[in-house]
Amino acid sequence: MADVQDYKQARRYETFSYLPPFSAEQVRAQIQYIIAQGWNPAVEHVEPGRSFTYYWDMWKLPMFGERNADAVLAEVEACHREYPSHSVRLIGYDNYTQSQGLAFVVYRGS
Amino acid sequence: MAGKYEAGVKEYRQTYWAPDYVPLDSDILACFKIVPQPGVDREEAAAAVAAESSTGTWTTVWTDLLTDLDYYKGRAYRIEDVPGDDAAFYAFIAYPIDLFEEGSVVNVFTSLVGNVFGFKAVRSLRLEDVRFPLHYVMTCNGPPHGIQVERDKMDKYGRPLLGCTIKPKLGLSAKNYGRAVYEALRGGLDFTKDDENVNSQPFMRWRDRFLFVADAIHNAEAQTGERKGHYLNVTAPSPEDMYERAEFAKELRMPIVMHDYLAGGLCANTGLARWCRKNGLLLHVHRAMHAVIDRNPHHGIHFRVLTKMLRLSGGDHLHTGTVVGKLEGDRASTLGWIDLLRESYVPEDRSRGIFFDQDWGSMPGAFAVASGGIHVWHMPSLVTIFGDDSVLQFGGGTLGHPWGNAAGAAANRAAVEACVEARNRGVEVEKEGKTILTNAARHSPELKIAMETWKEIKFEFDTVDKLDVQNR
Repeated sequence: MADVQDYKQARRYETFSYLPPFSAEQVRAQIQYIIAQGWNPAVEHVEPGRSFTYYWDMWKLPMFGERNADAVLAEVEACHREYPSHSVRLIGYDNYTQSQGLAFVVYRGS
Repeated sequence: MAGKYEAGVKEYRQTYWAPDYVPLDSDILACFKIVPQPGVDREEAAAAVAAESSTGTWTTVWTDLLTDLDYYKGRAYRIEDVPGDDAAFYAFIAYPIDLFEEGSVVNVFTSLVGNVFGFKAVRSLRLEDVRFPLHYVMTCNGPPHGIQVERDKMDKYGRPLLGCTIKPKLGLSAKNYGRAVYEALRGGLDFTKDDENVNSQPFMRWRDRFLFVADAIHNAEAQTGERKGHYLNVTAPSPEDMYERAEFAKELRMPIVMHDYLAGGLCANTGLARWCRKNGLLLHVHRAMHAVIDRNPHHGIHFRVLTKMLRLSGGDHLHTGTVVGKLEGDRASTLGWIDLLRESYVPEDRSRGIFFDQDWGSMPGAFAVASGGIHVWHMPSLVTIFGDDSVLQFGGGTLGHPWGNAAGAAANRAAVEACVEARNRGVEVEKEGKTILTNAARHSPELKIAMETWKEIKFEFDTVDKLDVQNR
């Protein structure tokens, strides 16, 4: 049994939360994917204790038609500066499926 | 005006072979693979199948003349060679929509795969594909919620979902079973599943199972902050029992129930799908018995037809095979039927075994479920083959982890997320699979051990039911 390790339970945040937090480069690559799919990027945030809720607070409006990954990344950073303790997530709205093509937490909050 | 009544036996081809017929947009079209008995020519065999699956019987009857048979009869309108198979041929048959009760896949089956399959003039018969006209699709209920609504309810986007069938599949007590569920969910799976054999046996009655599983789900959600579910199998001896179990799942605020649509039957499945939409529960559909019906390349019903039947009858998930795991499934053919399950319009594509354009209109699509003998090493192929709108189910591949279910679940979750992250960056995931997993394992000791445990396990047997191609 000495070889068996205990599983360390932790709070998670859906897609990509079983990987280490992303670098800015990794986030930019995912933003580029969202843009390349024709999806609309958006940023949301919430205090960490409320992250289970469906509706987080919107950071401004979804960036309809934005093609510049750096501009999207700048909004993620701006949201994080404004709410440093909050969880911040990035969304790619797919208006054809009326769903989110991608959503993942960039800052997990504290 | 009808002709004169002449008693006796006519050749089927006189009435049911119509090579000049142009199918109507509203016709139900079927493609059968036929091996006729020696001495029966192709046109006669095709006409016989058209007759016996629609209005005809073996002899002329006077009551034929009381109706407009030309309006109601099925017609064999085309014959094609089967590539690589001289004994068999394809017969295309058109049925007027009025032959079928609206919204009843049960009624469609009683005609298309009814008595005709025992008919002596054909040696073997296989229903390869059916084109359901949009007129008919719109009369069916379809998936209770569909992919988009399920993603919203479960709050999961941009990746395949992960599941696991609890093992040993028979013999656990309800409380020990709930433990296995809790461990797998807290470790990172989205869903766990009752095995199809688990209904309500003496070792674990359904009500006890539901109670302990509900506790496991609510606690796993509290611990992880993610939404979780367990496919509570409500397949039962009778519809009354089935609905009683489904009602209790709803009372426990469970997100999803499960049904076996072939063993349980299409009538029960359609009823349960309607109940699920009305009551807000998702419906996971298993396919026990399918290989009895679909595996023989010369006789039975192809799985792409069973897929269409399920989409019309209703289900939010359907097992589709894995291509890479322990169960049968040709890759191109599988890609064909997962399109039929998920997309809103699927064009004819013989390279995937699809014989007709199929328009689903606004009917929701369902998740493709890949389950059976898969583990972390298969993840790059699974993500490539199935894409995001799938549930990848690792039973032994979760529970067999040397450190237990939670670690097994975390390993699978790390693996799927690493593959999706790389795919989105433009990496060819199937080709670079080993590198992707090895890199991910540097941050996940659970994944590292899983990779060491299952390194050598493969299931490379030749497929029995292949697509019909020239060189086979």
